[in-house]
Amino acid sequence: MVQPDMTGQPGRGTPPPAGGVPSARAARLRRRARSLGGLVLSLALTLLGLLLVTFVIGRVMPIDPVLKVVGERATQAQYEAARIAMGLDKPLWQQFLLYMGEVLRGDFGRSISTGHPVAQDLRRVFPATVELASLGTLIGVCVGVPLGVVAAARRGGWIDQIARVVALVGYSMPIFWLGLMGLLLFYGILGWVGGPGRQGIIYDGMVPTVTGLILVDSLIAGDWAAFRDAFSHIVLPASLLGYFSLAYISRMTRSFMLEQLSAEYVVTARVKGLSERRVIWGHAFRNILVPLITVIALSFGSLLEGSVLTEIVFSWPGIGQYITKALLAGDMNAVLGGTVVVGTCFVALNLLSDILYRLLDPRAK
Amino acid sequence: MQNRFPLRALLLASAVAMAAPVSAAWAETPADTLVIAHQIDDIISLDPGQSFEFSGQDVVHSLYDRLVDFDPLDLNAGIKPSLAESWEVSEDGKTITLTMREGVKFHSGNPVRAEDAAWSLQRAVKLNKSPAFILNQFGFTADNVDEMVTFDGNKLILKLDQPYAQSFVLNCLASEVGSVIDKETAMQHAEGEDFGNAWLSTNDSGSGPYTLGAWRPNEAVQLVASEEYWQGAPAMKRVIVRHVQESSAQRLLLEQGDVDVARNLTPTDVEGIAGNDELKVADELRGRILYMGLSQKDPLLQRPEMIEAMKYLIDYAGMESSFLKGQWKVHQNFLPEGYLGASDENPWTYDIEKARQILSDAGITSGTVKTVVRDIREYVDAAQTLQAAMAQVGLTLEIQQMTGAQVLDAYRARQVPVFIGEWGPDYADPNTNASTFAHNPNNADDAGLSQLAWRNSWAVPDEMNQAVEAATLEGDTDKRVQMYLDIQSQYREIAPIIPMFQKIEQVAMQQNVQNWTSGGSVTSVNYRQVTKE
Repeated sequence: MVQPDMTGQPGRGTPPPAGGVPSARAARLRRRARSLGGLVLSLALTLLGLLLVTFVIGRVMPIDPVLKVVGERATQAQYEAARIAMGLDKPLWQQFLLYMGEVLRGDFGRSISTGHPVAQDLRRVFPATVELASLGTLIGVCVGVPLGVVAAARRGGWIDQIARVVALVGYSMPIFWLGLMGLLLFYGILGWVGGPGRQGIIYDGMVPTVTGLILVDSLIAGDWAAFRDAFSHIVLPASLLGYFSLAYISRMTRSFMLEQLSAEYVVTARVKGLSERRVIWGHAFRNILVPLITVIALSFGSLLEGSVLTEIVFSWPGIGQYITKALLAGDMNAVLGGTVVVGTCFVALNLLSDILYRLLDPRAK
Repeated sequence: MQNRFPLRALLLASAVAMAAPVSAAWAETPADTLVIAHQIDDIISLDPGQSFEFSGQDVVHSLYDRLVDFDPLDLNAGIKPSLAESWEVSEDGKTITLTMREGVKFHSGNPVRAEDAAWSLQRAVKLNKSPAFILNQFGFTADNVDEMVTFDGNKLILKLDQPYAQSFVLNCLASEVGSVIDKETAMQHAEGEDFGNAWLSTNDSGSGPYTLGAWRPNEAVQLVASEEYWQGAPAMKRVIVRHVQESSAQRLLLEQGDVDVARNLTPTDVEGIAGNDELKVADELRGRILYMGLSQKDPLLQRPEMIEAMKYLIDYAGMESSFLKGQWKVHQNFLPEGYLGASDENPWTYDIEKARQILSDAGITSGTVKTVVRDIREYVDAAQTLQAAMAQVGLTLEIQQMTGAQVLDAYRARQVPVFIGEWGPDYADPNTNASTFAHNPNNADDAGLSQLAWRNSWAVPDEMNQAVEAATLEGDTDKRVQMYLDIQSQYREIAPIIPMFQKIEQVAMQQNVQNWTSGGSVTSVNYRQVTKE
C-alpha cells in the first residue's frame, strides 16, 4: 500500500556504482534472476491462493447452482442427475483439483448463468470494464493530482476548501443515486450524452470487434460516427467513476504533498531562492510520484472490480456485474474465471507500480 | 532539475478530459427496427429442448415454429394450425396423426419435414432437460419415444399411453419445447450425445419469423427478420432487446425515444409517464399467479379453521390498490384468466371480524408462524401487510427475508411454513396448474416432487387427485371446462394454498407501436405482427 516512509529525500542512501567488476555483475545478474524467479513464484502462489479461497467460499455458500440449471420445476431425479453431471457429488478437494487441471489447460468451463463458455464471456465483459475504468482513472488523475497539489500548496486557501468539499461529496454520495441523477440531467433533460448501454442502438454490432474496447475498435475501423456515439455513452459513467477516483487521489496527493512541503529540503530549496513553482513541481511533487503511482494503480484496480452499481445503472455489461450475477446464481465457473482475470490484473498492477517505482526512485534500482 | 509536469499542461489535460457536451445525433429508432428494453439476464439457453426461462422463451418463440400455435392477434381463439396443417385423432383416442404443411423451409434452406418434427420431440425427451416433462406427460420416455413418435412421409404420428384430450395434447405442443428444429443442421453440430444442445444453446436452427442476429448474455438479443417466412415477412426487420436492469433507466430510454418498448417499469414509473402524449401503456394479463402456501407440517396451519381464517386475513383490495397497483389483479383461483376452464369467482374479502370469529370458535387465540420470503419488494410488503392483519387476531407472523435461490432451496425441502410467491404456468393447458396446485400423488418427505401441493406438504384428497387426472382425458371440451370449474370450486373450500393475484404486465411503448402482444396468459411474446406507423 502507501508507504510514506519510502519517500524520503533524493540523494540520501548510496547509489550503486555505475560499473563494477565482472564478478560483481554476474552476482547481480544471478540476484536479479533469483528475484525474478521469486516474483513469478509469489505471483503464482497469490493467484492459487485467491482461487482456492474463492472456490471454497463459493462452494460453502448457501446457494445451489444445480437449481439454476434444472429450474424450479425439476423433480428430485432430474436434480440428482444434473448434480452428478456437474461433478458436485465429488469431495470439495477433488472438485478443486479437477477445476485447476482444466484451468491449466486454458479451459474455464461453461457458465451456467449465460450458457456460454466463460472465456468467451470474459473476452466480452472485461474490455467493457477496462474501457470504463481506464477513462475513469484518467479523469481521476488529470483532475485529482493537480487539485491535490494545489490544495496542498495553498493550504487553507479557497482551492483547498473546494478540494475538500469535492472529495467529501465524492466519498459520501451513493454512486447509484449520483448515476441516476446524472442520467436524468445529462441524458434525460439536456440530451448531451448517450443513454444507458455502451452504444446507441443503430451502432450496435456495427463495429468489428478487435480489442473489445469500442472506442479503440471504432478508431481502428475508421468509423468516426461510431466513435462519437461510443464516447457519448461512456463519458457520463466514466466521469462518475473519475469523480470517485479523483476524490481519493486528490486527498492522497494533498497529504503526500503536505508531508514533503514541510521537509527540510524544501526549506533549503526556498532559502536557495528557487521559485515556488520549482519548489512544488520540481522538488516536492517528484518525490511523491512513487506513492502516488501506488495509489493510482490501486484506485484503477478497485474500479476494475468494484464498479458494479455503476455498471447496473448504466446497463454497462462489465465484469463487475458479470461476477456479481454469477455469484448470486452459484455459477462458480464464471465467478472463478472472473476472479482470475481481476486477480491477475491486481497482481499485474502491483508489478507495474513496482517497476515504475524502480524507474523513478534511484535507490530501488 | 527539469520540470517534467508543468502545471499548465496538466490543467489543459484536465479540461480536455472534462469536456462534457458531446453532440451525438440520435433521433427515434429506425422505422423498420423494434427496440425493447427488458430484463433478459435470466436466459441460459436458446435450445428449445432446454430453454425454460421467461425471456429465453420469448426469443425461442420467434426463432422457431411449432406444429400448432396461437394467433398473436387473437390469443383467445385458442390453438391454430402452424407447421402442422391439420390433424386427426384415431378411434381409440391414443394416436394423433398430424399432416405437415408443404413448402416451408428452415432458415438454413432445408425443407421442414415430418422427420424434423419427430426428431425434435424425440431429442427433447432424450435430453431430459427441464421442459421435457411437458412431453413426458403423454407417456414418452427416453426408451420408448422412438416408437411413440414416428413419421411417415409428411405425416407425424404420436402414440399416447392414454386417450388424452386433443386440446391437452395440442396445448402442450404449442409450448416452446414443441418447436420444430432443423435436424440436419443441428446434428452437424452435435457433440457426443447432446443432439446439438451445446450449439443450439447459442445458435438458431428454426423456421420462425426471425433468425438470431446475436445474443450477448446480460446485454442484448438481436433478431433479424426472415424474409422468406411462410406467413409473410415481418414488418420489423430488426428486433433488438436490450438488457436494462433499472426501471428508471428503461423509462429514460423510452422518454428519449431510444427504445420503442419498455417492459419492466415499476408502478411509479408507469405513473410518471402517464402525462406523456408520445407514449402509451398497454395492460396485458399474464399467466403468473401470486399465491400463499400454508405448510401442512405446521401444527397450527394444519387446522382447517386456520386455513379458512387466513383467507380472510389477506387484504386483497388494499394490496391491489397500493403496492401491487397496476401490476397484479385479485384472482383467487389457480387457473389464470385466459386459460381453458378458468374461473372468475373471487369469494374472499379482507374481513378481520370474520377471521376472528372463525378462530375463536375453534379456540385459536394466539400462535406464531414463520414466513420465509424472497427479498423482492412486493413479497416483503405482502408479508408485512399479512403480519399486521394477523396481529389483530392475536397471531404472530415472523418474517425472514432471503434471496430467491435460498427461498427456493428451503421450499423444495418443504421447510417454509408460510410461502408467498409466484407460479407461472409451463404450457397453455389448464393441467399445467391443476397438476401442481391440486395434485400430489405421494406426500412422503422423500418423494422429491416438484408440485406446489407437495412442497406445502398437502396430501391432496384422492378424489381431487383423480379428478385432475381425469380432466386430461376428457375429449369433450365443454365437459373438460366444467371439470376444471368443479375442481377449483372444491379447491377454494379446502386447499391450504391460496391463489391471490394474477399478473398484469404493463408494457410502455411509443404511440406508433401497433399490435404489440407479450403473449397474454398462454404464450410468449410475438414480434412478427408488430408494426410502427
